[in-house]
Amino acid sequence: MVRRILNWLDHRTGLETAVKEFMLEEIPASSGWPQVFGSMALFFFLLQAVTGLLLSFNYAPTPGEAYKSLRFIMTEVTGGRIIRGLHHWGASMMIVVVALHMAQAVIWGAYKKPREATWMAGVILLLITLGFGLTGYLLPWDNRAYWGTVVATQIAAKSPGIGDYLTRLLASADGIGVVTFARFYALHVMLLPAAMLGMTFLHVVLVRRHGVTPKPGDTAPKKKFYPGQVFQDTVAIFVGFCILMVLAVTVHAPLEKLADPTDISYIPRPEWYFLWLFQMLKLFEGPMEVVGTHIIPGLAVGLLMLLPFIDRKKVTRLSDRKMAVAILLLVATGLGGLTTAAIRSTPAPAAGGGADLDAAAWQTLEPSEMAGLSHFRKQNCMTCHAVGSRGGKLGPDLLQLPRQRSIGELVEFFRNPQQTRPGTNMPPVTLASRQLNDLAAFVLRLDAANAEALLETPKVVAEGAVVYQDNRCNLCHVVNGAGKKLGPSLNGVGRKRTRAWLLEHFVNPQKLSPGSTMPPYRLPEKELANLTGYLLALE
Amino acid sequence: MNTLPDTSEQSSRRRFYLAGIYGLWALMGAALAFPAALYLLIPPRRTRKEEWMEVGDIGALAVGQPEEMSFQRVRKDGWKLITEKTTAWVLRRSESELVAFTPVCTHLGCAYHWDEKNGNFLCPCHMSAFSSDGKVLSGPAPRALDRYLVKIEGTRLFVGGVQPGGQVS
Repeated sequence: MVRRILNWLDHRTGLETAVKEFMLEEIPASSGWPQVFGSMALFFFLLQAVTGLLLSFNYAPTPGEAYKSLRFIMTEVTGGRIIRGLHHWGASMMIVVVALHMAQAVIWGAYKKPREATWMAGVILLLITLGFGLTGYLLPWDNRAYWGTVVATQIAAKSPGIGDYLTRLLASADGIGVVTFARFYALHVMLLPAAMLGMTFLHVVLVRRHGVTPKPGDTAPKKKFYPGQVFQDTVAIFVGFCILMVLAVTVHAPLEKLADPTDISYIPRPEWYFLWLFQMLKLFEGPMEVVGTHIIPGLAVGLLMLLPFIDRKKVTRLSDRKMAVAILLLVATGLGGLTTAAIRSTPAPAAGGGADLDAAAWQTLEPSEMAGLSHFRKQNCMTCHAVGSRGGKLGPDLLQLPRQRSIGELVEFFRNPQQTRPGTNMPPVTLASRQLNDLAAFVLRLDAANAEALLETPKVVAEGAVVYQDNRCNLCHVVNGAGKKLGPSLNGVGRKRTRAWLLEHFVNPQKLSPGSTMPPYRLPEKELANLTGYLLALE
Repeated sequence: MNTLPDTSEQSSRRRFYLAGIYGLWALMGAALAFPAALYLLIPPRRTRKEEWMEVGDIGALAVGQPEEMSFQRVRKDGWKLITEKTTAWVLRRSESELVAFTPVCTHLGCAYHWDEKNGNFLCPCHMSAFSSDGKVLSGPAPRALDRYLVKIEGTRLFVGGVQPGGQVS
């Protein structure tokens, strides 16, 4: 029955015949384990395509949202952490396999006549693979992604002659924004996959046309691809797949804090397979920098591409190719050495500065800024003002304001807009000076990267910060680095204390912490609830 | 593919190859399909607890006269916490008893209104009518109006989670 269906199908589509033809391809008798890496590379590419597709079901490709949706994938979506782990570590597996595949081709002399075009298509495939790594690095939109990509676009900006043009093309003149992000995303999920599929097809067709490169001196009768070589390919793929699965399940794929363009203390590091390049840049300074950023990488790619025309000798016996082997070893040692040096110079991640799945953008605000957010809401600033894509259209977009203003200037403006800027439609903001200060602090803190996240701060938190400010808690306590250190820091108080403990502590501090100098606070119930909510939310 | 005349050693090796190929691919397919199916088909659980939301002051609410009160609620939408305006139809049944209905018809989710003339709730979409305590009077609605859990502090009304209509007396 099955036979009849298959025959029917084959008669109509030629599918079975085509598969048989592909599987029964003749290959040299000497091929075996060293020839498995091509199949492995194809497998890992397809696996990246599948896991990437799965991620896209829960991923929002815009700055800010990207981070939150990825955090959602990793913390809430069923199996999300594994899928992201497979995609993240799969990229590294892919690089390793491609490198092994190329090393095999070099050792076997597989780039030599008549296989020059096969080799060159392979070099393009390598560049596409690296392009995937580079563009995908930005997509989590955490600090690592942001700063790593800043470095990459800055290198592009230094390209002799076309630097300015590239900067405009990537829209990366003022840091990484929505346009750069959209371009990287489009490259990563649209253009590069299409290019990869096309080049892979060409590469495989060429391999089939010229046949697998035999070991020198192999004159034995050819064997079939199926089942012997297919079995070896399958075992190799299986081993690689197992390694990847173990990595995905046991090693958390990194997701650092939300990208913060103002975090000048962040030390960007590229992905490990770009580390050698990163380290090499340190060797060239000043006007020589372009040697490290462009000339050497450009020469390397050029040499790789033209390798079949540089090394034209026909002999492919390894012992006759001492030069080729020496160069390969030299390159491998160089890459390894530079990578090791880069890893050694990487500072250990600061305590608490590493993976941080739960801290939201608003958790980094100082109490004054947070209280300002509450005033910002209560004064309905967004009825007139836009904040990015949200809010009204009457007043200017608050993300577009000049950044250099001081709190003092803004407070002056809030008090009496017409006097500061004659002709403006803005009504005066009627708040106490201290509250105006907080409002100004918040407005200055708003930027394109954090706006969406900040505007979603829970109400109780923002209002709690107002209570915090009104009662001058900052005169004794520190939150997010702001305040005096008379009393204990309040960051992370929620991990030590319960809501009930805090509520009771406000009323009678000495009962719960004997010797404390904190005065009792008999606040209205609602204020106490907000304040407690705020404190418990502090990371 | 299986017509080659093999010696017994060759054919046992061939059988081993085939078992390896199909076995390992089946294993990998399963190892991948399982998390992928979970990922695609099992939606994430709601992790956010229902919180009490303040609706407003009910001091002036007359007995027997439903009023649509609007309030802000914070809702989790995937990876976002969004604040949105929503409403509740609040009815004081007696001095001590108060109910708050969710503002959508239990049939297909249209917004209903209070029909002053007939003294009932009426959904304009398919003419479902509900009595003032939420019971279905006529029309295609499958169950009574859904209610919020309510809590009153002084004259302030708070609502919590939603109870499907028909499960409350």
